[in-house]
Amino acid sequence: MQKTVEMIKAKCAELLADGTVRAVIAWRDGEFSYDKAPGFFTAEDIGSLCYDCTCAPNLSKYLVKEAKKEGRVAVLLKPCDTFSFNQLLTEHRIDREKVYVITIPCTGKVDIEKIRDAGVRGITSLEETDDGNITVHTMYGDKTFEKNDVKLARCFYCKGSADIEADFNAMEEKKAPADSDRLEEVRRLEAMTAEERYDYWRGELSRCIRCNACRNVCPACTCEKCVFDNDQSGVASKANANTFEESMFHIIRAYHVAGRCTDCGECSRVCPQRIPLHLLNRKFIKDIDDNYGEYQAGMEAGTLSPVTAYTKEDADPSEAVFMKNGGEG
Amino acid sequence: MNKNGEYTPLIVAFCCNWCSYAGADLAGTSRLTYPADVKIIRVPCSCRVNPMFVLKAFQRGADGVILCGCHPGDCHYLTGNYYTRRRMTLLFGMLDYMGIERERTRVEWVSAAEGAKFAAVMNDFAKTVSELGENRRLEDLRCKKPLK
Repeated sequence: MQKTVEMIKAKCAELLADGTVRAVIAWRDGEFSYDKAPGFFTAEDIGSLCYDCTCAPNLSKYLVKEAKKEGRVAVLLKPCDTFSFNQLLTEHRIDREKVYVITIPCTGKVDIEKIRDAGVRGITSLEETDDGNITVHTMYGDKTFEKNDVKLARCFYCKGSADIEADFNAMEEKKAPADSDRLEEVRRLEAMTAEERYDYWRGELSRCIRCNACRNVCPACTCEKCVFDNDQSGVASKANANTFEESMFHIIRAYHVAGRCTDCGECSRVCPQRIPLHLLNRKFIKDIDDNYGEYQAGMEAGTLSPVTAYTKEDADPSEAVFMKNGGEG
Repeated sequence: MNKNGEYTPLIVAFCCNWCSYAGADLAGTSRLTYPADVKIIRVPCSCRVNPMFVLKAFQRGADGVILCGCHPGDCHYLTGNYYTRRRMTLLFGMLDYMGIERERTRVEWVSAAEGAKFAAVMNDFAKTVSELGENRRLEDLRCKKPLK
């Protein structure tokens, strides 16, 4: 891995030096070295570019603004980010000519919260060892974890890599999807009674503090003006005063990306209250798959979202699949 | 609540201008009865109904929301109701997923000639919703009428 990172760094430095790109979008250390933030690098500071098991942020969204400016930008895309990138191309939010795509390998990212949950305090840095374990350096000594125990939840449902034409490919081979069923949890919820589902979601959504992190990080949420920024929208951009606001915000947030959500899992990752927001998005994914045929947003650029299409044979809402095999209502 | 203190549901019906609204008119001129608790909102096409409209209706005290449009294939704008069908399938699926009673939402196709169907649909829907009772799971307390 270290060799690959050096190669990526060298490539970025070369691109900046010969003027192919004016900036590189990658990751830099945030407040802590394990808390990576997106970084915009130029020739001066390209040395501080880093890529390791903590580089979870999806960088494709930053291209919407960056690709509007003069000159090209390079971007590092992990396999899961390639879906979001394709989706943004499909929606004409990014000019492909303005972007220099570097696809990079990924072996799964670490969820720092899982390490904290294991009772580890005073973390100073993380390190991925050659045998694939994670060594956590703390103020009180080192601790080693099996990677699977501290991996981000979304990485267990890795979709692999989308069909993408990279300008520079640092992946040895196209990443294959993980052998797991990402709709499993949605099915588990659907099998509950309406009462149980209501209680479950009340419990989850009542923790929402309306920080808007889920919306701001979402690569599909790229509207210049969001409905929730409208003070007439009925949901104020502050902590919810009423249970209705919580439900409304989360239904509409998920609905607005239905058919465009690539299931990158950023919403759940950034949620400070650990609300499983991806389960709302996956419900739409499941309903679309069940009713209108399997569809993976961003698998290739230029596909038509099932929500903006129709067939004459579509089922009425009362006959749709969820009505038949959903839970007891 | 009606004057006698009995519970009657408030139902919001979004009716498309070209078929269902005319269907409601026909039900009226044919002297067919349907509950007075059905409040009709005329929309140019059933696909004009933003999912937010449905949620807002619940927020403002509706106990049931029904969308009526032209039969698929008969849309005045050719394809509007095909989109409605997909959108509402997804929205209703989500409401159901969040535990909001699925019987509170419905889509029906009512043509301008189907006054009888309009009355029958509204009677049936009002009955279903009144059996469910007041909308508690998607209510906004701030929008409730003050207690006397």
